[in-house]
Amino acid sequence: MELTTKQVARVAALARIRVTEDELPAIGQDLSSIFHWIDQLESVDVTGVENYTDSYPQSIPEREDVVNDGNCVEAILSNAPEKAHNMFSVPKVVE
Amino acid sequence: MTTSLTKLSLTAARDGLLNKEFTAQELTTAHLDIMAEKRNLNAYITETSELALEQAKESDARLAAGTQGALEGLPIAVKDLFCTKGVRTTAGSKILDNFIPPYESTVTQNLWNAGAVMLGKLNMDEFAMGSANLNSAYGPVLNPWRRMDAPAKELVPGGSSGGSVAAVAGHMALAATASDTGGSIRQPAAFCGVVGIKPTYGLCSRRGMIAFASSLDQAGPVARTVRDAALMTQVMASHDPWDSTSLNVDIPDYLSNITSDVRGLRIGLPKEYRENLSEEMSTLLQKGIDWLTTAGATIHNVSLPMSPFALPTYYVIAPAEASSNLAKYDGLRYGLRIPGHSLDEMYENTRREGFGPEVRRRILIGTYVLSAGYYDAYYLKAQKVRTLIAKDFERVFQEVDVLLTPTTPTEAFPIDEKPVDPVTMYLNDIFTVTVNLADLPGISVPVGLSKTGLPLGLQLIGPKLSEQRLFNTSLALEEAARFEEQVKNLHKGA
Repeated sequence: MELTTKQVARVAALARIRVTEDELPAIGQDLSSIFHWIDQLESVDVTGVENYTDSYPQSIPEREDVVNDGNCVEAILSNAPEKAHNMFSVPKVVE
Repeated sequence: MTTSLTKLSLTAARDGLLNKEFTAQELTTAHLDIMAEKRNLNAYITETSELALEQAKESDARLAAGTQGALEGLPIAVKDLFCTKGVRTTAGSKILDNFIPPYESTVTQNLWNAGAVMLGKLNMDEFAMGSANLNSAYGPVLNPWRRMDAPAKELVPGGSSGGSVAAVAGHMALAATASDTGGSIRQPAAFCGVVGIKPTYGLCSRRGMIAFASSLDQAGPVARTVRDAALMTQVMASHDPWDSTSLNVDIPDYLSNITSDVRGLRIGLPKEYRENLSEEMSTLLQKGIDWLTTAGATIHNVSLPMSPFALPTYYVIAPAEASSNLAKYDGLRYGLRIPGHSLDEMYENTRREGFGPEVRRRILIGTYVLSAGYYDAYYLKAQKVRTLIAKDFERVFQEVDVLLTPTTPTEAFPIDEKPVDPVTMYLNDIFTVTVNLADLPGISVPVGLSKTGLPLGLQLIGPKLSEQRLFNTSLALEEAARFEEQVKNLHKGA
């Protein structure tokens, strides 16, 4: 699988990682060589094989529906890059 | 006196404290001194000497009162992937450079509840992605070992738990926590001549352990002896309602139950792990076979035909899960924030600046295999191959009790000879990654030295929850190999 610069730009945008125009070809080459190696999986016949996560025997456990945490606004905000009025402060979303 | 204290094994130091031969404060100070001496190895990102001395003082009081825990007063160190309340936790990343967790991981809480003393937080590949500890935002960790033929060459400690193994091998901690997603405990343990076990998936809680690939991540210890690793594992492991994949099983007292009696144990040798082995690794594996046979085990040839597909499968599943797990680093609630003109630009700037090149590469791989049009071809395909890999193991474990393989294809390599292309670097984990994909326990034991005088490890793999059997078989290997004696003879000969 070869990745075009257009595909690399799209993946970087989806991943929210800034990539400059002139970096695209090198990243494309790098990823293409990794996918070329991954493509050996094509030779494995998986007809009728379950997904690993579906075959997992352990069921998802349930907890009692009770309050067991809370009232820790200070702790939650303690690492905030910016905060105001006991809330996270973020850039304006709607222009 | 103080130097000799850091040479003790974890279990010997425990006995020394119980017999009042020295105090926890003396033991801790001895370690803090060595840490200061060996800062050039860059094993620690954050040293917590004040906290350590405070904890040691409390431990001495409990030891005097006879109310001590299983690890009372024993100085250990923590991979910087485990959240420690009030102590900076970076995961080796610039994006978490200023992150001070307001809560404690379950694994470390278990250690403190048992009375352990924390020396500091250990260096690691960023978000545990790497096999040489060259991907840390806090610089590479050096292997405490040097080649006899080229003593000036700086060697990698392996990764991602490079700080953990360097600290333990360099006597800067009696033991350490680590984590293993594709080999990150066992590969560096082999490179630095220490014991490292990745337990069964779900044995240790993932709560507060910063996520890389949640279906593969598992915490485990690094220690200098098999008994030490057994003690650490039984304290770190617990059922945790805060982790929905935590196993609800009783944790045995591995240390009290340990025995090197392996008579009648059926050891499997997977054919695929012996192909293209270097002469040195073949010889080492043969020694392992001879030691275990002499101890009364039987050897059986087995085949795991899906093994060659394990690494490519891993490099679909692990990046996919990583791209999802690392989406939370958006600069909004914690961690680095780099402003931009729009919200999207802020995300993009933050993640570009905050993540290193390997983490960005894996996020891109993961985003791609999960994106529309490629999800079936890559992600679902890999999920199915993973099932086949797990079935291979299920089948062979009907015939044998334990598998014996090399841990790594080579000895530790020099920093300046690191592979330039990512795929060659990924091949470091060729013998370890299958275990994570099948949720199995695997342990690496140092058993030999290369021609250049560097440590080499053998790996034992067992069925789910066979940790006791792995510790027992490892002890048999440890007793037969007498690794410490090999090292002493090497230095005598040099």
